[in-house]
Amino acid sequence: MNAIAIPDRETPQEASRGTRFTVPGMRCAGCIAKIERELPKQDGIRAARVNFSAKRVAIEHDPAMDEDALSRALLKLGFEAQPIEDNPLGQETKERKALLRALGVAGFGMMNVMLLSVSVWSGAQGATRELFHWLSALIALPVIAYSGRPFFASAWMALKYRRTNMDVPISIGVILATALSLYETMTGGEHAYFESAIMLLFFLLAGRALDAEMRTRTRAGIGALLSRMGKSASVIGPNGSTPRVPAHALEPGMLVLVAAGEALAADGKIEKGSSSIDNSLLTGESAPQRVGSGSIVHAGTINLDAPLHVRLTRTADDTALAAIARLMDEAGQSRSHYVRIADRASRLYAPLVHGLAALAFLGWMIAGAGIYQSLVIAVAVLIITCPCAMGLAVPTAQVVASGALLKQGLLIKDGSALERLAEIDIAVFDKTGTLTRGEPRPDIRALDAEARSVALGLAQVSRHPLSRGLTDALRKEGVEPAAVDDIEEIGGTGLRGNWAGTAVSLERPDTGGSGMAARFAIGERVAILEFADTLRCDAAETLVSLSNQGISSSILSGDRSGPVEAVAQTLAIPSTAEAGPQEKLAALETLREAGRRPLMVGDGLNDGPALAAAHASIAPGTASDVSQQAADAVFIGERLMPVALALKVARHTMAVVRQNFTLAIGYNALAVPLALFGYVTPLIAAIAMSLSSLIVVGNSLRLAGSASE
Amino acid sequence: MTGLAFLIPIALLMGFAGLVAFLWAIRSGQYDDMDGAANRILIEDEEDETR
Repeated sequence: MNAIAIPDRETPQEASRGTRFTVPGMRCAGCIAKIERELPKQDGIRAARVNFSAKRVAIEHDPAMDEDALSRALLKLGFEAQPIEDNPLGQETKERKALLRALGVAGFGMMNVMLLSVSVWSGAQGATRELFHWLSALIALPVIAYSGRPFFASAWMALKYRRTNMDVPISIGVILATALSLYETMTGGEHAYFESAIMLLFFLLAGRALDAEMRTRTRAGIGALLSRMGKSASVIGPNGSTPRVPAHALEPGMLVLVAAGEALAADGKIEKGSSSIDNSLLTGESAPQRVGSGSIVHAGTINLDAPLHVRLTRTADDTALAAIARLMDEAGQSRSHYVRIADRASRLYAPLVHGLAALAFLGWMIAGAGIYQSLVIAVAVLIITCPCAMGLAVPTAQVVASGALLKQGLLIKDGSALERLAEIDIAVFDKTGTLTRGEPRPDIRALDAEARSVALGLAQVSRHPLSRGLTDALRKEGVEPAAVDDIEEIGGTGLRGNWAGTAVSLERPDTGGSGMAARFAIGERVAILEFADTLRCDAAETLVSLSNQGISSSILSGDRSGPVEAVAQTLAIPSTAEAGPQEKLAALETLREAGRRPLMVGDGLNDGPALAAAHASIAPGTASDVSQQAADAVFIGERLMPVALALKVARHTMAVVRQNFTLAIGYNALAVPLALFGYVTPLIAAIAMSLSSLIVVGNSLRLAGSASE
Repeated sequence: MTGLAFLIPIALLMGFAGLVAFLWAIRSGQYDDMDGAANRILIEDEEDETR
């Protein structure tokens, strides 16, 4: 470039950096427009591009801006955002793209070979037919080699471990059909099955691509919900400096400074300072816990009030958090042994089909038809029974059902989750954050309009859970905040401020009552605000809906027995209180050993192992990262109903899947005798195959409205 | 029958062009944000109306 002044937009590449954020709050076109237009107007930001499906924003900015400045810029627009480390979903998208490419290639091959085949079927003779067969072979061979790879690779893996799956009969069918057609072409024969082989691949790839699409879509949705917790810490060096050190590089003995509002990255003992911590991630208890010097604190808890100096005792893989993660890993093993319905079907189906083909070959040999003709008939049997519609039977139904559930606020992770949800016969609920909202809500009936607006003016500046609960409750009532000046937050005590010359405060009450409460004062007027963790509005309704489906529910909570009892009585279900992660896990395993298929619904980290061990599990969108990772499905919003809905839709889906299998097998039962007696031509095979696929797809589409109440 | 000598290459070429277009669309990220594309159509252009 010359030394002419370069306009701002064309600064060299290295001068701008790209950072990606997840923004779960994007819901509509307006949000896209707002982010893409308003962000670049701020200093240092060059461009912003939204990916709505993944709920992400890619921001191009000056290297001088760091992640915090960018998230603040997004927050100013009204969007909470978290930076994404690297690309955890890269592998999935790659697989999905490879499937799409294979699908495109198979589609190209199918159309062109079909064009040539139609000419042959309508009576092309002699040299023309031979030319067309050769052209078909020329197109089909590379197409099958490319598009068939996902099936060949999977079948090979299965055979190597002496197992069989759906891909084994598919691969054998495709390879035999291609080989036979090639032989026919070279010897100038009458029938070539190239179009059948490619069509089979095309339909099956469509099923696979749908399956992959469903997985990436929900993974992205769940990834967008994941919060950032304690990935690094400020270590206090000998000279007083406080460099940020990533969590995995922390060592026992280090002294770290934990600012108010920061999450701990390792376990440790407090050396200086006193504050209260939010332990809800570990114990599920929503009331903040007082800590002072000498207290033990764990990774994953959030420091609420004042800065703390913590001497680390256990770091990285030794923390209580990591121990729970390991427990979950082991608990999840049992689930990986689950065999999906398609593979179960093919275990029965594959030997039957191969046996039938072998019988046809032997039968015609004995009848004296000669090797060549017997082989042609055996291959025709294989092609006609090749589970083309069966390959579509499962993914189409599951994709339609998960799309319907997505609209109701429930993200299903994959098809296997739907299959397991359908088999549930007993449900176990955590209390805090699952049956209840998980956030303390105040009783504000005692406050008049003026007091409400002052309370909001005070509470909205604090990050303390009680203040946040108060803020939410007041905002929901449409209260406008009053102008409160000189607000100071005193760690461990509360908030003080000045409203129109009157001293106002929101503090911890002197008498440590049993529940959560705050003392709210305007001058001399004092009110005690009682906080309670209220039930979700439709909790009772959901449990009724579950019992109507024949599923009994119970509570399994880590909370104290008092509050658990109270909730259990309101909902009239049995309960167990004060259960730690191990006890929860044990309870789930006892149920499994008794032959039950338990569903676990929970949000806390202490539920993690139980979520992993359950036959199927669901977590609310407010749950900890680990729980969302462990759960099969995540529901978003205030309502609990999606849980009951998920089970209903899952059962309905499996009913449709079974219908699909019946349709596919029924059609085979009609076509197999034709094939056995040697009447099947490539034309009949092609028509039968596409017709049965259409029927199966049409049947699956009936699920689209299944999630609406 | 000589028509075939033209028609078959033409058909193949057109099919191949479609395939190349599809592969290009995947590579350039056309399928990365399907929901976003559906929503973007609702965004009004910011430029002032020049009526």
